Amino acid sequence: MRTTGVLWAAGLGMLLAVGVASVVSAAAATPKRGGTLTYTIPADAPASFDGHRETSFATVHSIAPFYSVLIRINPDNPSSTTDFVCDLCTEMPKPTDDGRTWAFKIRPDVKWHDGSLLTADDVATSWRYVVNPPEGISSARESFYLMVDRIEVPDRQTVTFRLKFASNAFLPALADPFAVIYKKAILEKDPRWYEKNIMGSGPFRFTSYEVGQSIKGVRNPDYYRKGQPYLDGFIALYAPKQAVRVDAIRADRAAVEFRGLPPSARDQLVKELGDKVTVQSSDWNCGSVVTVNHRRKPFDDVRVRRALTLAVDRWRGAPSLAKIANVRTVGGIVFPGSPMAATREELEKLPGYWPDIDKSRAEAKRLLREAGAEGLSFEMLNRNVDQPYKFVGTWLIDEWSKVGLRVTQRVVPTGPWFEAMRSGNFEVVLQANCHGVVNPLTDVGNYLPHTVYTENYGQFEDQQEIDLYDEMVRETDVARQRGLMRRYETYVLDTAAHTMHALWWHRIVPQRSYVKGWKISPSHYINQDLANVWLDK
Amino acid sequence: MYRYIINRLVLVIPTLVGAAALVFALMRLIPGDICVVRLASGGGTFNAHAVAVCHAEVGLDQSVPVQFVNFVIGLFRFDFGPSMWSGKPVSEEILARLPISLEVALLATVIAVLIAIPLGTISALKQNSWTDVVVRTVAIAGIATPSFWLGILVILAILDITQAISGTPWMPPIDYVSLWDDPIRNLSIVICPAVTVGYRYSAVTMRMTRSAMLEVLREDYIRTARAKGLIEKLVVNRHALKNALLPVVTLIGIEFAFLIGGLVVTEQVFNLNGIGRLFVLAVQNQDYTLTQALVMLTVVVFVLCNLIVDVLYAWLDPRIRYA
Repeated sequence: MRTTGVLWAAGLGMLLAVGVASVVSAAAATPKRGGTLTYTIPADAPASFDGHRETSFATVHSIAPFYSVLIRINPDNPSSTTDFVCDLCTEMPKPTDDGRTWAFKIRPDVKWHDGSLLTADDVATSWRYVVNPPEGISSARESFYLMVDRIEVPDRQTVTFRLKFASNAFLPALADPFAVIYKKAILEKDPRWYEKNIMGSGPFRFTSYEVGQSIKGVRNPDYYRKGQPYLDGFIALYAPKQAVRVDAIRADRAAVEFRGLPPSARDQLVKELGDKVTVQSSDWNCGSVVTVNHRRKPFDDVRVRRALTLAVDRWRGAPSLAKIANVRTVGGIVFPGSPMAATREELEKLPGYWPDIDKSRAEAKRLLREAGAEGLSFEMLNRNVDQPYKFVGTWLIDEWSKVGLRVTQRVVPTGPWFEAMRSGNFEVVLQANCHGVVNPLTDVGNYLPHTVYTENYGQFEDQQEIDLYDEMVRETDVARQRGLMRRYETYVLDTAAHTMHALWWHRIVPQRSYVKGWKISPSHYINQDLANVWLDK
Repeated sequence: MYRYIINRLVLVIPTLVGAAALVFALMRLIPGDICVVRLASGGGTFNAHAVAVCHAEVGLDQSVPVQFVNFVIGLFRFDFGPSMWSGKPVSEEILARLPISLEVALLATVIAVLIAIPLGTISALKQNSWTDVVVRTVAIAGIATPSFWLGILVILAILDITQAISGTPWMPPIDYVSLWDDPIRNLSIVICPAVTVGYRYSAVTMRMTRSAMLEVLREDYIRTARAKGLIEKLVVNRHALKNALLPVVTLIGIEFAFLIGGLVVTEQVFNLNGIGRLFVLAVQNQDYTLTQALVMLTVVVFVLCNLIVDVLYAWLDPRIRYA
């Protein structure tokens, strides 16, 4: 009897606990309106406010809350690489004409911050400037849209993209967060107006900017998503020094820094703030890549290039490095979270990814011996940036020493680093491939020879690789395209061993626990309009 | 005197042209390209066409001699053009940062002078006493301690102490507001960097004051002043200190000029958006126009500081005449 009573009481207690937890959880999930979010941007200042021409997060983190885009990655599911939703359009269209025509209906209720109505003409003109800018105007991502033939406005509320060929790369490219929508009248009057000024249709209205200090915005009362944004406003503070940003979160001078902090900073904040800080983390669509200068002997020999990758124990190195650096995941050339990425079984067939590192290093030594490059000494060029360049560089040198390679490191500032790569004044260089929206087909274009992708510094030509890539890009069947991606990957990392992929980066964002609604994504460029962010204070 | 000042100001012109030629040449010797740095700064993709468009925008498609001629013409018109990085007028970029650096430099100088001159004088007057030992120890510690490291310690100490006392860590604001808009908030922002920099500054000045005072106190005219029965306060203040201040004033002038553009790391540690941070950014970004303008500003500040020091010499030592 007594036991039964205890069980009943326990059961009731559990039910109550679950109930209370559900109520608390439901209450916590209901966004509260009001408050000002203060966050830091780890940069001195954006070069300009023009998203179309800039490539830096400093620009996106400064301007995204002021603008709208045509489509975007679902802000409630930003870790997905395929969940695209409308921002300015009414619904995601089904392509016609064998995937070559995409017609987007534009919302009729969108107002510019100056009160005028946004139309399909504004959207189309903005996209024309991105896809095919007029002479003398720069569009940093023009090459993403090679498949676009023309952009039409059949009526006031429709924008139609006509493609030269159907491509699975089109939709992710269209969700680019830098491709913000500008007002046609302003663009046509002065195409460079948006470099220094801000006027959008996004959730926040621009109030002030103090160069190198802060940028501020207030809620747009006419925002087309009713009820949003939840915040009264935001203040973004430019703080290039990491210690300042960490201290600012600790002292609540800032609630969050959206780009990402290293593990040491995360650990420090968690230790000092306990449950007042929440940490979100994700694989990052940035990879550490080693580029080999094919014009320098003996790196013209594929056996030497293959030995470099065979010597590196990624599977054991990754978890150790993840404790101190912004890297974590072993992967091939495609972002690990993408359906196009290689599985572990597929990876383990590639040199450098074999599960048996002793066998791998024995093979590396054999190849070096065969190529007459035993005990080879060379210099690795590296960028003077701690996270994760210098950490990964030091790790690689140690790994290479295990097959008898003697490697020194030349660490230089960003300017000379690029100059050395562009002039071919290096033997081996550690680089990063960073992208926004995960778009495997365009992202892996970085591995193509210089004649196709001008910023590949490997100094090689390879028609076979170009043909493989072209075949893959034009394939629209997802399963067949995935198969072609494996062939391309095997070619890049093994057959020709033009490059080696070290590790994928890991994004860690500690935030004050009262910041709600923001979800981490694989890129620090996306999901930054702050419309769904609220403060639980 | 006026003639001397005018001559000195005229001499500024060849100094500026020399500095201009030097910085123009040096900037172009640094490997790298502002357009590539800019386009690649986010790790994104770009092509050769984008680089070419950028070159045309910032004027790097012109030949180097044409660039130099344009620069020199701009120099004489006080027009350095737009920053290659931001496109904003260089004057706007500098004027946005100058008040911060100027305020920290002035406050650090006041702190340094208030600490250094009395302590340096006392140290000299009480040579080899325990007071002298303490003052010298403080001074040597100040010289040996890097300002940025001290800055980090100061912030950490504030955070830890406030957390221990109130349970909530506190630190000064990291967004600058001007003295006129909010004096209290402004002071809470600049006081820590000023103290941090002022400590090192005062240490150097203290050492100089002490050694100059020791030298002057052994002069015949000091002995004469004492022999004729002047009270020690007058001997020290009117005869010794005034003469000992000559090298101290020189040092203060040089240090002040240095602080305007040289607080690079301190500005980063305290998130101050000053001239030093802008200088580093301009060089890193290979922003030729901005770097050139900043070097010119530094040269002008140094020349003006030296001029003020020279004028002060004449006031401190009536024997010095600039006829």
